[in-house]
Amino acid sequence: MKLVKLTAILLAITWLAGCSSLGMGKKDTDTTESDVVVEDLSAQSLGVDGENVSGSDLGGAEARVIVGEDAYQGNELNDPASPLSNRIVYFDYDSSSVRIQDQATLTAHAAYLGTHPNVTIRLIGHTDERGSREYNLALGERRALAIRQILMLQGASLEQFQVTSFGEERPAVEGHDEGAWAQNRRVELVYVGR
Amino acid sequence: MTKIWLTLIWLLAFLPWQAQAELVIEITGGTEAALPIAIVPFGNTGFAPPEDISHVISNDLARSGRFAPLPQQDLISQPHEKAQINFQDWRLLRSEGLLVGKVDSIDGETYQVQFQLFDVYKAQQLVGKRYQVPASGLRRLAHQIADEVYQALTGEVGVFSTRLAFVTAIKNVDGTKRFALQVSDSDGANPRTVLQSKQPIMSPNWSPDGERLTYVSFENGNAEVFIQEMTSGRRNSVAAFKGLNSAPSWSPDGKKLALTLSKAGNPEIYVLELATGNLARVTHNSQAIDTEAVWMPNGNELVFTSDRGGRPQIYKVPAIGGKAERLTFEGSYNASPDISPDGQMMTMVHVQNGKFYIAVQDLTTGAVHVLTDTGRDESPSFAPNGRMILYATEQKGKGVLAAVSVDGRIHQRLGESGSEVREPAWSPIRK
Repeated sequence: MKLVKLTAILLAITWLAGCSSLGMGKKDTDTTESDVVVEDLSAQSLGVDGENVSGSDLGGAEARVIVGEDAYQGNELNDPASPLSNRIVYFDYDSSSVRIQDQATLTAHAAYLGTHPNVTIRLIGHTDERGSREYNLALGERRALAIRQILMLQGASLEQFQVTSFGEERPAVEGHDEGAWAQNRRVELVYVGR
Repeated sequence: MTKIWLTLIWLLAFLPWQAQAELVIEITGGTEAALPIAIVPFGNTGFAPPEDISHVISNDLARSGRFAPLPQQDLISQPHEKAQINFQDWRLLRSEGLLVGKVDSIDGETYQVQFQLFDVYKAQQLVGKRYQVPASGLRRLAHQIADEVYQALTGEVGVFSTRLAFVTAIKNVDGTKRFALQVSDSDGANPRTVLQSKQPIMSPNWSPDGERLTYVSFENGNAEVFIQEMTSGRRNSVAAFKGLNSAPSWSPDGKKLALTLSKAGNPEIYVLELATGNLARVTHNSQAIDTEAVWMPNGNELVFTSDRGGRPQIYKVPAIGGKAERLTFEGSYNASPDISPDGQMMTMVHVQNGKFYIAVQDLTTGAVHVLTDTGRDESPSFAPNGRMILYATEQKGKGVLAAVSVDGRIHQRLGESGSEVREPAWSPIRK
């Protein structure tokens, strides 16, 4: 499923890269998870103004980097063979320590950010569902900040980051066992335009 | 015949009113010691009122777990006022309390309702009142009468005319979710959506006057704190700083909010003065998560969760800032505190062997009692009379609400079909 989504995003990016005029003047919307791409916009919302995040905006947010830079860099960022294509870092329970196996991924992202100072990345922290929701919200932020710190130590600069936490509110996988929890304790790395 | 019944049931299941799913409250244990009470169906002149008042009262009292209304067939007669009662006969039923009443239509729109509660053994009236209400107010009045009866027989304030706020998450066909902040009567009836969003909603908390809710909404992509007026629906953002804006909790005087903000780089507790917008930082611990502060009833101290000791534990700190004192020492994880209205008890999420339970801690002695047993319990909230604790748990993989009495004896489950229900908050008592 993830692969299908990734492929879809890649296709969208390839296509959008050809349309240089697309959506550049538009204000970036804040929602970035690929899981919310297919929102039903007809759903009634009571008084929640300015919340109309649309799927195309999200695709656009992914794509704008590519449009803003040149196509080659876009390919580098999305080359499935590159560690840059890995955009999720997982964590142990109640921990914000990065695992050894994720170091290479983060080094690659840090290098990319270091050589592309105009690129901004959004770090979205998440936790599993157990325990206090408010504590988890803070823990998700701590995880995202841990990633930021590592990326900054390796060449990225502070202005390139947006940090968000959804705590346990946006699980990647529904389920109430360690299998699901392990996939939900994560930080998503999402490149956005500037 | 069975077939007809099945068809009927099937038809009923698809009637439109089913679409407005109600939280059905089911008592799941602990009613052995309940007091018997005789509730006679209220009389009416001619046509039946739109609400069965005595039925609502009976359900309220039964739901509290402290009363066991007698079955209707056991009622030996149907009196509606004192002159019609033969106390000698009623004593045979061994029910101390006897509730009778009348509902009279005044003009089809307005009703006059009266009730009288008697002590059967003393043949004395304990409480009796008469009201005039519009048809739309009958159900609320029934809850008020249940509160009167509860208070007359237990000496404690009833909470049947309070409301519950909670968050629901409904999965769309395409796998995305729809979040709603809902408010229902205390019996789960009459649920209404006060906010709907495609982004998560968290941590509802009532103003002390019950007129407003504060909560966290991610509608702008980030956790942000809002205040919403219940009657007008008017809402505004009160904290949207960089980083987390979360865990709002109203001060007892209604003038301030305690909040968690990470604008200084780390989650810290702040107090926001609502009239001036003045923001005062309470905690200063740049390595630790400090969050989910609640007020002590005196309004001078805050109780909050912090992992400054390595794992989440609960601390108390002066609301103007100062030295924090650790309150929890049992177990490796204690979080989500709520304080009883008298300030004597704290309820919290308490972990034992990796499982999450609702516990209460006596704030004087420090004694901890675990009240629940599912192992997936969270978000405890005291009833405004301090007798029950409402919390979120999981049943068949789905979030549901449940309540437990502070002594752990009475257990209730509030189930709503179709959506995930979480983060309950019990309203204050209506003035």
